[in-house]
Amino acid sequence: MPELRDIVTKVRSKNAGPFWLTIDIFCGSTDAYRRVSQGLSTSRVAAVFQTDGQAIKRFDIPDLNVVKFSLPRPAVQGSVGDRDMHGASWAALIGDIEV
Amino acid sequence: MVRVLIPSGALGLNYDEKALQRGIAAKPDIIAIDGGSTDSGPSYLGRGVSKYARASTKLEWAGLMAARAQAGVPLVIGTAGTCGADTAVDWMLDITREIAAEQGRPLKIAVLRSSQDGDLIAQAFEAGQIMPLANAPDVTSDMIRSCSNIVALAGAEQIAAALETGADIIIAGRTTDTAIIAALPLMRDCHAGAAWHGAKIGECGALCATNPQSGVIMIDFDNSGFTVTPLADGAYASPHTVSAHMLYENADPFILYEPGGYLDVTGAEYTAIDQTSVRVEGSEWVPSERYTVKLEGARPAGFRTVLMALLRDPHYVAHAAQWAEDIIDKCRAKVMQRMGLGADDFALELRLIGHSASFGGLETRSAAPLEIGVIGIITAPSEAQAAEIGKLLNPYLLHHPLTQEEEQPTFAFLFSPPEMHQGQVYEFALNHVLHLSDPMEAFRIEVHDIA
Repeated sequence: MPELRDIVTKVRSKNAGPFWLTIDIFCGSTDAYRRVSQGLSTSRVAAVFQTDGQAIKRFDIPDLNVVKFSLPRPAVQGSVGDRDMHGASWAALIGDIEV
Repeated sequence: MVRVLIPSGALGLNYDEKALQRGIAAKPDIIAIDGGSTDSGPSYLGRGVSKYARASTKLEWAGLMAARAQAGVPLVIGTAGTCGADTAVDWMLDITREIAAEQGRPLKIAVLRSSQDGDLIAQAFEAGQIMPLANAPDVTSDMIRSCSNIVALAGAEQIAAALETGADIIIAGRTTDTAIIAALPLMRDCHAGAAWHGAKIGECGALCATNPQSGVIMIDFDNSGFTVTPLADGAYASPHTVSAHMLYENADPFILYEPGGYLDVTGAEYTAIDQTSVRVEGSEWVPSERYTVKLEGARPAGFRTVLMALLRDPHYVAHAAQWAEDIIDKCRAKVMQRMGLGADDFALELRLIGHSASFGGLETRSAAPLEIGVIGIITAPSEAQAAEIGKLLNPYLLHHPLTQEEEQPTFAFLFSPPEMHQGQVYEFALNHVLHLSDPMEAFRIEVHDIA
């Protein structure tokens, strides 16, 4: 199965304030959007973060060919366990997901 | 119509001079620039300092002050000095005075202060005036009192009050990113949904367009919508680049909470006017019953010492995780035994760069690296204790063998001493809103006349 990064234009992750992380998947085409929107479940994203997924907000935005997820940060920004101050590297882990 | 010129997403990131001049020639009503964010972490708010170099800030601010004088309109900076605490505002005021003296122009400066008194915030918390937002940390009034800095995020009302002083320059403490852009259009009865939506689109400068590094954009607000135009050569906005900006660093791309209400862009329509400009209509502002402002706080969270070593020996590179785990077990035991610290009194962690430093236990891949950087991260209650734990960790990072049988290895240290002391570290302590009976209740404005 192809990885998410091979079928979309870009996966971006960023802080949305110190307590939330937001992931934007720019699919780049209607076809890719349909594959991601239908083929990437919220629970699959939750599994990447080893959470139950209840706190994950999902937005499927056909006008932009974007699927977006927002979730509580794996560690609060800048706390002892935080590994990435700006939250940008998580995109690589999401890009690895097989769709 | 109100025309807002936005030189860049933040003072300190530079802007395109030619594009700025183009903006001045277009006769803006105000120049607005953001000066901060929480995005660089809790240390800046904790210490009340700016992340950007004073030299860069001064150079860029001097350029904007000269442009302002040329245009004869107000110049406003929000969240001055990265965190918007009073000390950072004072730093910005000091730079402004210095430039004013060098440029030799009389100036009226309004300062909007957002710093909060910890005791008063703790009392408000006890009185039920402070409510948690989603995923807020659990707080107590003691935790609130232990914050080194608490700021409230000013909205359009407080910026409007500062503009009403007739100041040439407004140096604002912590504000929402949007408030400095939305304030004047709202004062002049432009469409409220458009004022906030345009402000959100413009708050990162040209990030809503192509050629985002150029910074400079112009937004025209009127009574039915707004029009965004990037001003640098080769920069253009399209319905896609503009609408996609609502995704940026935003948990919800359709709803944006602000003091006094929220913006709903679900019904917004984006239309290309020409090759560079986009028109947006249909966004809605929904006023709230209660007026609340968001709070940010940072409190001391111990002292940190960091060590780094390099593994290049293939045997150790191949077994780095096991090696690191063994060091953590042995070193933690030694810290407790020799320093008398409890297990929860300190944190000691080894991250393996090239192996699993990005995601730790959440990593899903593995590959054989050539070398591994080992970073030891120590957090302890005092600077002396953090340094002492660093010295206990030092011999392990230098010589720890995988098994008793093998010859004692020696790994690469980069420096003498290898311990790097980061001093006091901070943590974000609040993700809450404060209820106000009057928007100015938690804010202060002072006016400085420079002859």
